[in-house]
Amino acid sequence: MQSRQSKNFSNGGYNFMIESDNIIVVENLIKRFGDLNAVDDITFQVQKKEIFAFLGPNGAGKTTLIKVLITLIPPTSGKALVGGLDISRNAGKVRKIIGYVPQMISVDGTLTAYENLLLMARLFDIPRKEQKSRVIEVLEFLDLADHSDKLVRTFSGGMIRKLEVGLAMLNHPPVLFLDEPTTGLDPIAKQGVWDHLLEIRNKFDTTIFFSTHNMEEAAAVSSRVAIMNAGKIAVIGKVNDLTEQTKKENATLEDAFIFFTGSTIRETSGYREARRSRQKQSRLG
Amino acid sequence: MIKYIFQVVRKSLVLAEMEARKLLHDPTEVITRAVQPILWLGIFGEALSKIRAIPTGGYTYLQFITPGILTQSVTFLAIFYGIAIIWERDMGLLQKFLVTPTPRIALVWGKMASAGIRGLCQVVIIFIFTRILHITLYITPLSILGVILITLLGAGFFTGLSTVIASIVKTRERFMGIGQIITLPLFFASNAIYPIQIMPRWLQIVARVNPLSYMVDGLRSLLVTGNFTKLPLDIAVLAVAAYLISLLSAYLYPSIAS
Repeated sequence: MQSRQSKNFSNGGYNFMIESDNIIVVENLIKRFGDLNAVDDITFQVQKKEIFAFLGPNGAGKTTLIKVLITLIPPTSGKALVGGLDISRNAGKVRKIIGYVPQMISVDGTLTAYENLLLMARLFDIPRKEQKSRVIEVLEFLDLADHSDKLVRTFSGGMIRKLEVGLAMLNHPPVLFLDEPTTGLDPIAKQGVWDHLLEIRNKFDTTIFFSTHNMEEAAAVSSRVAIMNAGKIAVIGKVNDLTEQTKKENATLEDAFIFFTGSTIRETSGYREARRSRQKQSRLG
Repeated sequence: MIKYIFQVVRKSLVLAEMEARKLLHDPTEVITRAVQPILWLGIFGEALSKIRAIPTGGYTYLQFITPGILTQSVTFLAIFYGIAIIWERDMGLLQKFLVTPTPRIALVWGKMASAGIRGLCQVVIIFIFTRILHITLYITPLSILGVILITLLGAGFFTGLSTVIASIVKTRERFMGIGQIITLPLFFASNAIYPIQIMPRWLQIVARVNPLSYMVDGLRSLLVTGNFTKLPLDIAVLAVAAYLISLLSAYLYPSIAS
């Protein structure tokens, strides 16, 4: 996907220390719910500025992994560092250096776009005198300035997703976590969202960590891909490397998924997940 | 420590301000929620005031139950905040708040203050209605300040309670059932619509540990009797109860998201 023309955007200037180029380090991470290992002893690293995709079917453990890394739920065992900070011991500091776009709609439809952004600016401790300018900056960057005073419930699905990206980037985080960011969007809206994400990455050297079950999306934008199935990582690598290993002519990422997991992307989720997914698609119109 | 407390208060107020903005965008809910207390006063209160079977200490029955109906309106509104929290979880808003550098207790206090703002809107509407029904109340600057304080504390306690319930039951369907089980017994096991003295002994014990009774008592002394001897106790009980439930809510709050 092509990058958009650059716009004026100030740097956040976050202070965080990491010893290597790896901004995310995960070692033997396990998250268990009862008898189920939703995340089952996984180890990987993500480098600064990477666009890293976690690919897998519903129920593979992608969302759980993201929830652990963003400090929303604690791991059962293992270790994870984000920006050099241990997620278990420094959860508060980790929250200051990350942005997060959940799978579900995370904007308040009963507030305007401006108010949604202002709320988040205040919760992220952006200095009072900078709050307004930062909010306007984000609205202009996302081409939403003309809609700033409209209630978000009147927005289209693509506009809502763009605003959610704006909420996540308000504090100029070095790491952006996105959980299935384009599910429920039409191709044009998907393109618009990714154009903005790529521009954010180019401007701020932001690391983008996202989950998806869309093979084409993962292949189009990712520096590297991790294929996840049943809580485990089947393989990690660049898309070309993974497809070449299948020894199949014109192999796609889907072929690579079948090759490495022995199964196809299939629906493994239950009633709750299906209901949530359909509600979200309905809301995004 | 002072910096932390300042941060908690500041972020709680941010969340409360957003609630006020929501009300300004769409005040419909304020109007619809006012129907129930108006019916209680206009129909139940008017009917029972004719019977004169309930000892009300020399005041009219409508005067006696006005603080009870105010309390009922505020607490019922606050107790169903738990559903709003579960809805925010289902929407993804809750997760978004939880991954901001905001202390958990500020998220809870923000909800409590939000319920307090909506509760105060109910109080204003009910005050207007009492004028229409010619119910005589003490309306002085001091009593208004007292009513605001007690409304905020009462709304805070019941919002905290609803947050604890939401953290445990986790689904809207279960919360609806539990909410119904809790709200009506709390209301009837209090001095809202009849004095504690006429209750059976066991119910008197329940009423005396029911924070709703202290809210009614405080509002009644401010608006009806003008006897402030028990007011400090009423305020202290509500403040301590609200603070303790907020600590428990803040501890359990993140579990709603998991």
